[in-house]
Order: sequence, then C-alpha cells, then structure tokens
Amino acid sequence: MKVKILYLASLREQLGKSGEDVEISPATSTVAGLRTLLMARGGSWQMALAQGKALRVAVNQEMAQPTTPVKPGDEIAFFPPVTGG
Amino acid sequence: MPVRIQTKDFDAGAEIAVLRRGNLKVGAVASFIGVCRDANDGTAVTKMTLEHYPGMTERALEKIVSEAKRRWDVMDALVIHRVGELKPTDQIVLVVVTGAHRGEAFAACEFIMDYLKTRAPFWKKEETPQGARWVEARISDDEAAQRWEPPKSSAA
Repeated sequence: MKVKILYLASLREQLGKSGEDVEISPATSTVAGLRTLLMARGGSWQMALAQGKALRVAVNQEMAQPTTPVKPGDEIAFFPPVTGG
Repeated sequence: MPVRIQTKDFDAGAEIAVLRRGNLKVGAVASFIGVCRDANDGTAVTKMTLEHYPGMTERALEKIVSEAKRRWDVMDALVIHRVGELKPTDQIVLVVVTGAHRGEAFAACEFIMDYLKTRAPFWKKEETPQGARWVEARISDDEAAQRWEPPKSSAA
C-alpha cells in the first residue's frame, strides 16, 4: 500500500526532502511502524527520527500518536514541536 | 472565516471593528498581538521566517476556536497568523474574542493563544549574526497549555 509522507521545518532540512510517496507493507500499520521503517534507511534518517528526539506526527492533518493506524492513501507528516505565535 | 493565514500585515483596529459590527450584545473585546522581537535567548535576531503546514494549520486553528467557544460564553473569535519573512517590530499573530463580559473574553483569548503555541503547526527560523537557527519549543509553552486541561476526576 502507498502513503504520502511530508517532512516539515527542520526535519525537511535534516533529511533533504520535503516529502515522498512510500510503498509500505501491511505489516507497517501504525505511525510507530512507519517511523521504524524510515529509520532503517540509516544515516540522517536514523539520526533525525531516533527515539527520544522530540518529534510530532500528524495523520491526515490531525495530531497522531505512535499507535495511530496508517492506512493506504493517508497523508502522514513528520515535524518538530511547533513554535508559532 | 474566523481563521486566516497570510503573509501581509493586519490592522487590529479594523479587524475588531468588523468582528463586532452591528452586534449590540458585545460588552467586551479581548485581543492579543504577538510581535517579532530583536533578540531571543540572548542572541540578536535580524529576521525570521515562519513556515506552516497548509491545510492542517487552518484545521487546527478552527478546532481551537471551536473549543474556546464551547468552553466560554463568548460570541465571536478571530485568529490571523502571518507566515513568510518577518523582521523585528513586525506583527505576527492577532487573536480577538468578543463577548458580553470581560472575564470570559479574556480567558478564551488566552486559551486560544496557549493552544495555538502548542498545537498549531507553525515553525520559526531565526536569522542571527551566527547564522540561521530553528526556534526550539519551550517547556513553559506546554505548561501554559496544560493548565487548561480539564481537571482529572478524583476517585473519592
């Protein structure tokens, strides 16, 4: 199944990418699973997405938790804690 | 639209006039304006760039405004947030709340700002004499938002 991933703000700069369509197996069924999958790319992916890094995730433009399910066609955004206002 | 994301500046007086036009029940208008400073964490800031997540930003802000209206007896609310390049003294954000009485209007206005700071997807990047840097989220902002959480029900 295919999902659309976005990388925002400092994360986009660390990864050198603003987004991509990714083919994932049905086994990658949650936000945490997707994060692990991306970290397995190693290098800056491993570093930027490491557990313990302050990271927020939105699924279909709603704030998500590690356990939030990921479905085909979803838009999943990874970004740092927000700093507006 | 109670929520606007824009690059251009805003005129708080004009916005307030529109928001309460013809409403004879309004007895209080509470407002907040966030402004770009020339320093942060002891370092000079010459310029900042505000980025957001189009689509989610509007949804998140509309949700915050709806929640404020649900919690307090207020009439209307407006949020304008600028994005793009800003320099010291520039206005960044405007929140206006109208209501019958000041207590509810003040509280709703502060709630909207506290939730915006922790839940609306905006990010600031500052230009300093040492180069550009992303602003780090503050724990004090999380604490400010947490005080609006409903009290935990106590098992008596």
